[in-house]
Amino acid sequence: MSADLSIILPEIFLSIFAMVMLLVGAYGGKDKLASLFVWITAAVLVAVGAWIGFQGAGTARAFGGMFIDDGFARFAKVTILLSAAAVLLMSEGYMARRDLLRFEYPLLVVLAAVGMMVMVSAGDLIALYMGLELQSLSLYVVAALRRDSVKSTEAGLKYFVLGALSSGLLLYGASLVYGFAGTTLFAGIIEAAQGETPIGLLFGLAFIAAGLAFKISAAPFHMWTPDVYEGSPTPVTAFFATAPKVAAMGLFARVVHDAFGGVVSDWQQILAVLSVASMFLGAIAAIGQTNIKRLMAYSSIAHMGYALMGLASGTAQGVESMLIYMAIYVTMNIGTFAFILSMQKDGAPVVEISALSLYSKREPMKALAMLVLLFSLAGVPPLVGFFGKYAVLLAAVDAGLVWLAVLGVIASVIGAFYYLRIVYLMYFGAEESELDKGGSGILWGFLVASAAAMVLGVVNLFGVEGAAAAAAATLVN
Amino acid sequence: MIGLEHYLIVAATLFVIGIFGIFLNRKNVIILLMSIELMLLAVNINLVAFSAYLQDLTGQIFTLFVLTVAAAEAAIGLAILVCFFRNRGTIDVEDINVMKG
Repeated sequence: MSADLSIILPEIFLSIFAMVMLLVGAYGGKDKLASLFVWITAAVLVAVGAWIGFQGAGTARAFGGMFIDDGFARFAKVTILLSAAAVLLMSEGYMARRDLLRFEYPLLVVLAAVGMMVMVSAGDLIALYMGLELQSLSLYVVAALRRDSVKSTEAGLKYFVLGALSSGLLLYGASLVYGFAGTTLFAGIIEAAQGETPIGLLFGLAFIAAGLAFKISAAPFHMWTPDVYEGSPTPVTAFFATAPKVAAMGLFARVVHDAFGGVVSDWQQILAVLSVASMFLGAIAAIGQTNIKRLMAYSSIAHMGYALMGLASGTAQGVESMLIYMAIYVTMNIGTFAFILSMQKDGAPVVEISALSLYSKREPMKALAMLVLLFSLAGVPPLVGFFGKYAVLLAAVDAGLVWLAVLGVIASVIGAFYYLRIVYLMYFGAEESELDKGGSGILWGFLVASAAAMVLGVVNLFGVEGAAAAAAATLVN
Repeated sequence: MIGLEHYLIVAATLFVIGIFGIFLNRKNVIILLMSIELMLLAVNINLVAFSAYLQDLTGQIFTLFVLTVAAAEAAIGLAILVCFFRNRGTIDVEDINVMKG
């Protein structure tokens, strides 16, 4: 038993940390402590991330296989924890200025992070469901964080209804899988799902895939994304765009390989269709957007399409490319959202793309950093974003899905248009923008660090490739 | 004799009614919450039926987890709904339209 507990020690530690902070906050200074809490929480998340990252190799299973701690889970957990910490640090100034900084915010982020850690380590349908719900319930609340705003509460409500619907679909699939496999353990399901698979199992797989597609906002299950991104406070949007996406993709990979690794051809088609639909919908629907948060929502839908392409290959190389893609995607999004958070006029946040007109004249360095990030998001060589796309395309071609790779290239060309439109506006717009100059040093730091990573990363991707390959090898045998 | 398939048909019917309740309902958000609850309960019937059929307790344990989470989910949903009502003054589904998407 104590061996089991030592395996989930990081999760236990973070849960206790959140509960202690909740008590201190409730009986202590309430929102006066919020700023302090954000810094402490970010430090703890980074520390736990480092702890997990340097834990060493090997695979350990706790609670009879319900919880798996392997290289794949550790890679995803480190990405999740570091991105959550980065978003917290970026949020602090923005929220404090707008009287939004409540002490519950960092706690909910920690609880969501614990849920995500359980998700990527799940070895059982029950663990999967509990992790997913812990994450989702925390996210519904942070979406509605600005209690006095119609938009924010509406975003929370929409997210809640569609999130609950997706959990229902996923659960129905889980119940069918349990019934036809006779067990909820992934290790048992993979034995039942070999060769001639019962039709019930395939139905269950389809329902689970639909539920997870909701969570990663893959088309055609994306309809909540633009509204939730637009309505939520911008730091919360930044959080939605990063850590939960990594966790849901990790869980998707876990389910299809650990539980359904014997019937690759069955889920390959589902994932390929989801991938194509997301890439094209994200690329085309983003063109007409005037709100940069909505634009980022469609951009994230398109990026999920590419990550799904890696997963659809059904090989270890595919999982590796998916992990690399997600790590790059998260880095780019943190930088982009640092820029969006710093967009303000007379202290009030601005989200209209038109406000960026001739921004390069006002803030040449910021505009340059944003240019690098937008080129990277579009996948223009030689920036790091290109290598992410290259890895997933290569994995798809090697797995024989040439048509999928070709469609991916076409979608990326269409998608490049709206990123380049922003660049055009920043450098050759009509009238000069009136956005405030200067801004927070933290946001500036994240923006520059992220843009620099996109340029310097071309040398060796900061070793992410090796770590991702080792992680993928533990998942796919 | 009532067998496994009867339970599965009842559960599938309830589940479909729940999904239709979410997509066809144009009136009230509370009905959405009820539809969500209906879906989760349909899943519970499925799990218990399979559990009895397989002579395996896991399904019933799963059911207890689902019930607990459903209660937490309903609490959070209602809390967000109350906030929304305070700001908007209505909970008609047609009026959740400040953002178009």
